[in-house]
Amino acid sequence: MNDTTAENILEVQGVVMAFGGLMALFKPDFKVKRGIIKAIIGPNGAGKTTLFNIITGFFTPTEGTVRFKGRSIKKFKTHEIAARGISRTFQTVELFGNMTVLENVMLGCHTRVPTSFMASGFRLPGAKRKEEEMRDRALNILKFIGLADKFEEPADNLPLGQQKMLEIGRALATEPELICLDEPAAGLNETETYVASSLIKAINAKGITVLLVEHDMKVIMNISDEIVVLNYGQKIAEGTPEAIRDNSTVIEAYLGSEA
Amino acid sequence: MLRIGKLPIALFAGFIIIFPWVAGKVPAIGNYTDIMVFVGIYCLITIGLGLLMGYAGQISVGQAAFYGIGAYVSAILTTRFGLNPWFCMFIAVLITGGIAFLIGAPSLKLKGHYLAMATLAFGIIIFIIFNEEARWTGGPDGMVDIPGLSIFEFDFDSIEKYFYLVWSFVFVILIFTINLIQSDTGRALRAIHTSETAANSMGVNVSKFKILVFVYSAILASLAGSLYAHYLNFINPSTFDLFFSIKLLIMIALGGMYNIWGAIIGAGIITFLSYEWLHYFEEFEVIVYGAILLVVTIFLPNGLVGLPGMLKELFVRQKSNE
Amino acid sequence: METITFTGQVFQYLVTGITVGSVYAMVAVGFNIIYNVTEIINFAQGEFVMLGGLIMVFLHVAVGLPLILAFPATVALVTLVGVLLDRLAINPIRRPTVLSLIIATIAASILIKGTAMFIWGKDPFDLPAFSGRDPIIVLGAVIQPQYFWVIGFLVLIVIVLTFFFERTIIGKAMSACADNPDAASLVGIDVKRMVLLSFALSAAIGAVAGITMTPISLMEYDRGAMLAIKGFGAAVLGGLGSFPGAVIGGLILGVIESLGAGLISSGYKDAFALIVLLFVLFFKPSGIFGNIEISKIKRF
Repeated sequence: MNDTTAENILEVQGVVMAFGGLMALFKPDFKVKRGIIKAIIGPNGAGKTTLFNIITGFFTPTEGTVRFKGRSIKKFKTHEIAARGISRTFQTVELFGNMTVLENVMLGCHTRVPTSFMASGFRLPGAKRKEEEMRDRALNILKFIGLADKFEEPADNLPLGQQKMLEIGRALATEPELICLDEPAAGLNETETYVASSLIKAINAKGITVLLVEHDMKVIMNISDEIVVLNYGQKIAEGTPEAIRDNSTVIEAYLGSEA
Repeated sequence: MLRIGKLPIALFAGFIIIFPWVAGKVPAIGNYTDIMVFVGIYCLITIGLGLLMGYAGQISVGQAAFYGIGAYVSAILTTRFGLNPWFCMFIAVLITGGIAFLIGAPSLKLKGHYLAMATLAFGIIIFIIFNEEARWTGGPDGMVDIPGLSIFEFDFDSIEKYFYLVWSFVFVILIFTINLIQSDTGRALRAIHTSETAANSMGVNVSKFKILVFVYSAILASLAGSLYAHYLNFINPSTFDLFFSIKLLIMIALGGMYNIWGAIIGAGIITFLSYEWLHYFEEFEVIVYGAILLVVTIFLPNGLVGLPGMLKELFVRQKSNE
Repeated sequence: METITFTGQVFQYLVTGITVGSVYAMVAVGFNIIYNVTEIINFAQGEFVMLGGLIMVFLHVAVGLPLILAFPATVALVTLVGVLLDRLAINPIRRPTVLSLIIATIAASILIKGTAMFIWGKDPFDLPAFSGRDPIIVLGAVIQPQYFWVIGFLVLIVIVLTFFFERTIIGKAMSACADNPDAASLVGIDVKRMVLLSFALSAAIGAVAGITMTPISLMEYDRGAMLAIKGFGAAVLGGLGSFPGAVIGGLILGVIESLGAGLISSGYKDAFALIVLLFVLFFKPSGIFGNIEISKIKRF
C-alpha cells in the first residue's frame, strides 16, 4: 500500500536491534506525521544513532519493520532510499571534502536528474542540458541555505558551521519528503545554532518532514512539534515539548545518567 | 586540476601530429615513432586504469589480463576464422567487457588489499590460460601472422600510419574520458572515492558505478590489446604477465593518479625507459622500476603531475615560516 | 619394479601437498604477523622466502659455511631485509592510505626481486638436502627426508610463536598493538617498534621457509610473487589474522594444489590455489576461522 498522502510518513514498528549479545534497541516504536518536526532525544548510548541508521537503511533491524509512506523499507538498498524520498546528514560531517561546495550539492541532484554514461562521455546536448539543470538547482539550494557566495570553495575549507549547513543543502538536493538530521547543532556556537535552527524551520515550512536527533535542548524545545525520548534502547516517553519537559521519567533518565 | 581546458588538448594534438615528421628528420630519434606507437597503446590502458584508481579509488593489479584477452581474441578470430579485424576488435571488446563484469561484480565488493589480491589472482589465472590452451592460443610460442589493419583499401602498413591510427584512438578516448570526469559521472566517482557512505545516502548506486568504471577500463585495455596484436602481427603470453600489470601501476603512480594527463605522462616515461633508455641495462631494469615506484609512493604521492602543486605548497610554507 | 597403485599416487600427492602446504603455511603465518600488528598485507612476503633460499645457497654452497652456521646467518640477513623494508618503504610514508601501502609493498617486492636478479641471475639454484636424499617409501609414496624438515620447521615455528605471543612481554605487546594501537601506545608500547618487529619476524619465518624448501624445489629470483599470493590464499582461507587458520589453510591449499596438479592438470598447477583464493574472497572472505564481524570492522 503506497499512499503518498498517508498521514504518517514514517512508522517504526516492533524494531529490535541486537549486535551479538548486545541489545541496542528494543521496540522504540513511534510514528511520524507528515509535515512535522520530530526529535529523538535521550542520554548518550540510548540508541538514537542506531535507530537513525535503521531508518535511513544503513542497518537492517534484527526484528521489526520501518514503513515509509506505508511501505516497508526492508528491501531497499541504501542508495535506493534517497530515490524513495528519505535523505540524511551525518553526526560527523561526511562531505566530499575535495569537491567544491557547488559540486557537493550537485551530487545530491544525482538521483533526480538521471544522466547516462554514454551521453556524458560524448557530451551530447541532452547531457549538457542536464548538467546545467543540476547546476541551477544546486545554486538555488545554496541561495536557500545562505552559501551561494562560497560555491567555488573546496568543501574542506569551510568552517564547521557552514559544513553542516552544506550537508543539509546536499541532502535537500535529493528532494526528500523526509529529511533525517543527525545532531545538526553538534559542535556549533550560539550564532551557528540559531542559523541552523532557522534553516530547519524553513525546510519544514516547505512541507518537508524533519526527523532529528539532537542533544541541544534549547534547539529541541524551540523547533520540535513532537519528541520521542529513548533510554537504553527503549522509548520512555513521547509527546509535545511541554509534555516532555515536565515528564518525570525523562527528567530522571537525564539526571540519572548525567546527560 | 578538474577544469581541463581545450588548450592543453589542442597543444598535445599538435605535438602528436608533427611528431613522426620531426622524428623522421632527426636520425638519433628515428625509432621514436615506433616507441610512441607503444606509448599510445599503453595510454589507452592507463587512461582507464587511472580513472579506476584515481577517481573511483579502486585498484586493479590484473589489467594485463584484459589487455591479453583483447589481443588473443583479435588474433584468434582473425587468424583461425579469417574474420574482419575491426569486427573482431569489437567482439573482443564485448568479450572482455563481459568477463570484466563477471569478475568485477564480486571483486568490487571487496576492499583495499582484498581487491588488489583478487585482481592479481585473476590476472595470473588468465596468464596461465594463455600459456596452457595451446590449441587456441599457441601456448608459450604464441601466435603469428596476425593480419594488419586497413580501412577500405587503405592499409595501415607503416609505422607512421599506425602511429596516427593509434593516437586517433587515444584522442577519442581521452576526450570521452575527460567529458566523463567533468560530468555527473565524474562527480559520482569522486564522491565514491571520498565517502562511499555519503554517496550511497545521496542516491549514488556505488556498486553500479564501480563496476561501470572497471568494465570501461577493461574495454580500453582490450582495444589496446587488439591494436597491439595487429601492429606486431605476433603475440605471446609473456607480454601479458603480472609484471606488466605492475608496470601499468608504475605508469599511473609516476605520472599521477588524480589527473588524466598523469596517465599519459607516466605511460610515456616508462615506455621510453623500457624500450630505449634502459635497453642496454637490462639487469637494472627491474631495480629501476622498483625504485621509481617506491620513491614516487613516498615522496610524490600525486605523481609528476602533482609536482608543481607540491612545490608551490612547499614554497608557501617556507614563506610563512620566515 | 612395483607398479604404482592409484592409492599410492594419491598418497604421494597428499605427501607433497602437505609439504608444499607447510611452505604456504609459513608464508601465511608471516602475512598474519604483519597484518595483525599493522593491517598491512605485505606483498613482498614471498621475496623473503626467495631470499632465504638464494642467500643460503650463497653462504652454504658458494662460501662453504657449514649448515649449522649458514642457516642462522641466512635468517639473520633476511631479517635485516625485513627491517629495511619497514624502515625504507613503510615507515617513511607520510600519509599512509590503503592504496599507498599496497603500492609500497609491491614496490619493495619488485625492488628485492630486481636486486636478486642482478646478483644471482635468472637461473635456479639447488641446495643439498639437510639429511641426504635417500627416499623413504611409505604406502607406495616416495618421501624425501627433506619433506620432514619442512614440516618439522613449521611445527617448530608454530610452537615458538605461540609461546612468544602468549608468554613473553614483547609478544604480548605486539598482540596489544594488533588489537588496539592507540590504547597500546597510551600504555607506553612503542607501536613503531612493534611494527618493525613484526616485519623482522615475518622475514625470519619466510627465510626458514625458503631455506628448507630449496633442496626440494630449487629456488630462483622470481619465485616470490607466486609464493606470496598462494601464502595469502592460505591466510585468507584459514581466516586472515588467525595462526591456526594459517596452518590449516596452508595445508589444505597445498593438498588441493597437489591433487589438482596430479589428477586434473599439471599445466594448471598454479591456478588451483588462485581459484581457491578467488572462491574464498568472493564467498567467505572471513575464511575458516575468521569472524564476519571482524572482517567487517577491519578498517580497509
